[in-house]
Amino acid sequence: MSGFLRDSSIVFRRQLRMNLRNPAWVIIGMLQPILYLLLFGPLLEPLIGQFGATNAYTFFVPGMLVQLGVFGAFFAGFSLIGEWREGVIEAERVTPASRTALLAGRLYRDLLQLFVQALILIGLGDLLGMDASPIGLVLGVLLTLLLGGACAAASNALALTTKSEDVMAPVINMVMLPVLLLSGILLPMAIGPAWLERASDFMPIRHVVDGVRASFAGDLASSGLLWGGLWSVVLFALALWWGTATFRRENA
Amino acid sequence: MIRARGLVQTFSTRQGRTKAEVRAVDGVDLDVEEGEVVGFLGPNGAGKTTTLRILTTLLRPTAGTATVAGYDVATQPQDVRRSIGYVSQAGGAFSGARAGDEVVDHGMLYGLPRSVVEKRGKELFEQLDLPGLWTRMPRNMSGGQKRRLDIVMGIVHDPTLVFLDEPTTGLDPQARANLWEHIRALRERRGATVLLTTHYLDEADALSDRIVIIDHGRIVASDTADNLKAQVAGDLVDLEVADPLRLADAAERLVRLVDDERSVEVVDGHVRARVPRAGRAVPGLLRELEASGITLESVEVRRPTLDDVFLALTGRSLRDADHAPGPDGAAAPPVPAGTPTGTPTTTEGALR
Repeated sequence: MSGFLRDSSIVFRRQLRMNLRNPAWVIIGMLQPILYLLLFGPLLEPLIGQFGATNAYTFFVPGMLVQLGVFGAFFAGFSLIGEWREGVIEAERVTPASRTALLAGRLYRDLLQLFVQALILIGLGDLLGMDASPIGLVLGVLLTLLLGGACAAASNALALTTKSEDVMAPVINMVMLPVLLLSGILLPMAIGPAWLERASDFMPIRHVVDGVRASFAGDLASSGLLWGGLWSVVLFALALWWGTATFRRENA
Repeated sequence: MIRARGLVQTFSTRQGRTKAEVRAVDGVDLDVEEGEVVGFLGPNGAGKTTTLRILTTLLRPTAGTATVAGYDVATQPQDVRRSIGYVSQAGGAFSGARAGDEVVDHGMLYGLPRSVVEKRGKELFEQLDLPGLWTRMPRNMSGGQKRRLDIVMGIVHDPTLVFLDEPTTGLDPQARANLWEHIRALRERRGATVLLTTHYLDEADALSDRIVIIDHGRIVASDTADNLKAQVAGDLVDLEVADPLRLADAAERLVRLVDDERSVEVVDGHVRARVPRAGRAVPGLLRELEASGITLESVEVRRPTLDDVFLALTGRSLRDADHAPGPDGAAAPPVPAGTPTGTPTTTEGALR
């Protein structure tokens, strides 16, 4: 296990070093949560009563958090295709390092990025008047990290399976659209017609959004948090398994 | 060092609706002794890289077994990986990262401490002519520098067995010659066993103790370059006869030197044949021709090349099979008449 930690942290440091050297990555990463909150948040304030909530930011920040986690992570795989093309993945796979560590090191980077974004989002939300329970914040961020890790792992797996940005981009778009529309990230599904809400029941990420929202609101005993937590763990485990499998048998 | 038996690798490819199975490697047996440099020669798509990927544990064979550095590739891949170095066609250093960082991270994945890898990496940068490039990005390096960096990454953990996949493809002749020196040094300086693939005949000839020729996923020959060339039954003797009327006479003289008289060709003022031990036979032939008053414009004696070997073994020229531009296509310069031809003359650009 110590070998695993060592290997994955070598991969992590390498990824982080390359990303930090790219100022665009840093700036866009930091700017994203700020823009969402400042440009979309005010639109919700007058409507918040209709959602059955009282504080617009306590309601909105969890949605933004999950959105950042899912969408940022979906794009994580693109950099892997570039590395694969230059033989980096093959060079790593010929070392005795654990295959899971090769994936995990990259996930650490994505999770660190998400964690920093979450801190910015929550800090800014707090300034704007968000009123969330402290334990709920911690739990909510934890769920988001699990989900973000799942999406990043899946994105890496997809990247190594398709090995082409041209194939991967439409697939990601195809997945993102229903996720955005059926997860209640921007507006709660509860305000829609019953059939639409039923449809959204089949979207696992919707339950995570509900869970993060419940936890921010302090409903720690609610079934929403339970289901959200369950789904995050399940998605994370499945994606990690898929990602590791592709690193293991990847056929460059 | 390597012992492979009956390796088979099949891939399924899809063309429209029909699925076809391609046998990229079709029953390969391969033995490589410790300290040997073996050239794995064949046209593109012959199965060289696939075989290499099986031996380096990157690909699980569909059938067959292989032991590499004393470990089984299927059941002990970790031990195999620890013992070998592999330089793939694509390299392994990311174009946008610093060269030294890539080498250190790569070495550390073998479990070596940072200080050790850094020291070894910097030594190798000196040895492989990369001084001062430790912090440069590969995208700002020349093709030859990039390739040498790839080799540094492949051997930074000091493996006893090194696999090089097409090490000089795409390099200009000078960079190729330079890289050859470094590949030779792998054994001379480090005592490493080397298996390298190439589709350049001259490269296999210049670097290897032994050449293994693969075609359509099967090994068609395995021997030293000299023995392979000897199988082609003799050196090519080419006489350019000044007077076309004496061509038949010249051909008659040449026939006496060959085992099979059908092998004597008369083309375009030239008489050609494969003559065993031409070095001994030709001086006598020249005296005879002179005595009969047959004047020659030129005499050429050419040792068989690996291209001739490939042609003899597969019925195709390696160049035709390949379409990849050869490093040079220049034929050997004609030997002026009367020059002693006891020593082997150039083997078609093979000795650069």
